[in-house]
Amino acid sequence: MQIAVTQLVNGLVLGVLLFLMSAGLSLIFGLMNVVNVAHGSFFMLGAFFALALGELSGSFWLGLALGWIPAVIMGFGMERLFIRYLYHRPHLDQVLLTFGFTFVFSDVVRMIWGPEIRNIPVPEVLSGAVEIFGIILPKYRLFLIAFGGLIAVLLWLFLDRSRVGAMVRAGVDDAPTAAGLGINVHLLFGSIFALGVGLAALGGAAAGPVLGVYMGIDGEILIPAFIVVVIGGMGSLRGAFVSSMLVGIIDTLGKAYFPDLALFAIYLLMVLVLLTRPHGLFGVGRT
Amino acid sequence: MSSSDLGGDRARRLAAALVVAALAAVPLAGDYFTSLVAEVLVFAIFAMSLDLIVGYTGLLSFGHAAFFGVSAYTVTMLGVHAGLSGWWGMLAGIVMSAASAWVIGFFCVRVSGIPFLMLTMAFSQLLYSVAVKWRSMTGGTDGLPGFVRPSFFGWSLDDRSVLYWFIAAGFVFTWWCLRRLIRSPLGSTMVGVRENEQRMRAIGYPVQRIKLISFVIAGAFAGLGGALYAFFNAFVSTDILHWVLSGDAVLMVILGGAGTITGPVIGAGIFLMLKHVISSHTDYWMIWVGVVFIACVMFLRQGVWGLVLERGPRWLRSDR
Repeated sequence: MQIAVTQLVNGLVLGVLLFLMSAGLSLIFGLMNVVNVAHGSFFMLGAFFALALGELSGSFWLGLALGWIPAVIMGFGMERLFIRYLYHRPHLDQVLLTFGFTFVFSDVVRMIWGPEIRNIPVPEVLSGAVEIFGIILPKYRLFLIAFGGLIAVLLWLFLDRSRVGAMVRAGVDDAPTAAGLGINVHLLFGSIFALGVGLAALGGAAAGPVLGVYMGIDGEILIPAFIVVVIGGMGSLRGAFVSSMLVGIIDTLGKAYFPDLALFAIYLLMVLVLLTRPHGLFGVGRT
Repeated sequence: MSSSDLGGDRARRLAAALVVAALAAVPLAGDYFTSLVAEVLVFAIFAMSLDLIVGYTGLLSFGHAAFFGVSAYTVTMLGVHAGLSGWWGMLAGIVMSAASAWVIGFFCVRVSGIPFLMLTMAFSQLLYSVAVKWRSMTGGTDGLPGFVRPSFFGWSLDDRSVLYWFIAAGFVFTWWCLRRLIRSPLGSTMVGVRENEQRMRAIGYPVQRIKLISFVIAGAFAGLGGALYAFFNAFVSTDILHWVLSGDAVLMVILGGAGTITGPVIGAGIFLMLKHVISSHTDYWMIWVGVVFIACVMFLRQGVWGLVLERGPRWLRSDR
């Protein structure tokens, strides 16, 4: 029982982190038809910014609360200064552009922080474990799940209940028509791009104490996030949420109980979904 | 055929003969230069094969390293564990690459655009994880040393020049095959899929099958490149299956010019020159590669060779 619940918690933690990554990927794709290959770089940058801020101020919370802000500014700048000029070109050009940035970000991180693996220490309040119904669970992981749940709810409220959220949904459905109705679609693109990479950076910062902070984590988180987006369906927040949890739990339980087969579990899931529902579980049906 | 076309034909033949002569003469320039050109040619084969998917069929693959790596591992593993000669290894490597391209392609060609990119990347990372975990066979991240190069009618490939000539021959063979393929009816249908998939489907072409054929042929040639890489290095490590290498290949294709036959060769040359020249001055060469690539995507989308084809003499234009 103890092991099963622990693994389930670990699965949910991975799911939460994948959700923070894939929500942005999926939104950016749904709205702009761009897959941001540099999305993993922002996860990494968020982790490093949180690390630096945490070390500077001595407070974990300050790192977590502010670490994503530089990433948002960089994301907004990237969209306004580069990607914007490629909107009249085929979408793949924008993908290639974000790919070029992965090289730049990776070396920038190496220049500033070096190639060593760092760790963000868990704050006093959240270190250690709690006992719930006789089962011992690490506090920080429980905090991560709650934190991810909170972000998911806020994101849902924002997209489903706010005016800007309605504009975003209109843009995902049909960007030219939304533009025709007087919505400044390009400003919307920039903002959503910034929001998306901000979520990834937040994920990186929150993941710091669990996954560690190092160069190369960008690629390691990007691939499972891609799989999540393919399974959940691109452009769907609900899809991103459901499939993040699915992938997180299946991957973690697989690694615990069938270590030899676990490697294939999420790929198998992806292939199955793709064969039966090519647009993903909640896809908007556009390629 | 007009007389100017005949003149173009003569110019093309002359240029081809000059290039082949120059390639054959490279070992005269010393060991370092020979190794450098050999490396460029190996990656040129890899990039040319990717261009068949990216430039001609219009599908952006981020998982091409899978086929390069599968073949290189097959050659090295058969040589080290089974003591099999590199020639059989090479044959097995190419077959394995084509077979894995068929299996992976079977799933991937069902989608296009961005999902295709994501799927190819995920599948190649799956192979990468297998290579990392299967330590007893692959040596994991430490790599697998101990491959003995075969010999060719008594000439050992341990001789730098012989090895180079063999790689150069593989390069010329690939270039010629791909050029023939692009000009064949099959090649035209691939370009048709790139230009307008819906219309091709409406006319009645089996679009998915065309994509799959293109993917498998590209996989087989990537396999040739991978086998030559194994000969060249006599060592493989998991790096050659990592998505970073797939990304490097995309970079070479775009820098040189997607949808041209010779462009990826130029791109491979530029990329490796950048890497060697900059990394001898500073540790941070990747940032410059990134900057050059970003500039290329923004301002020179047709690539360096694409620009030459646009502005250069008419007779070059058949390189598309």
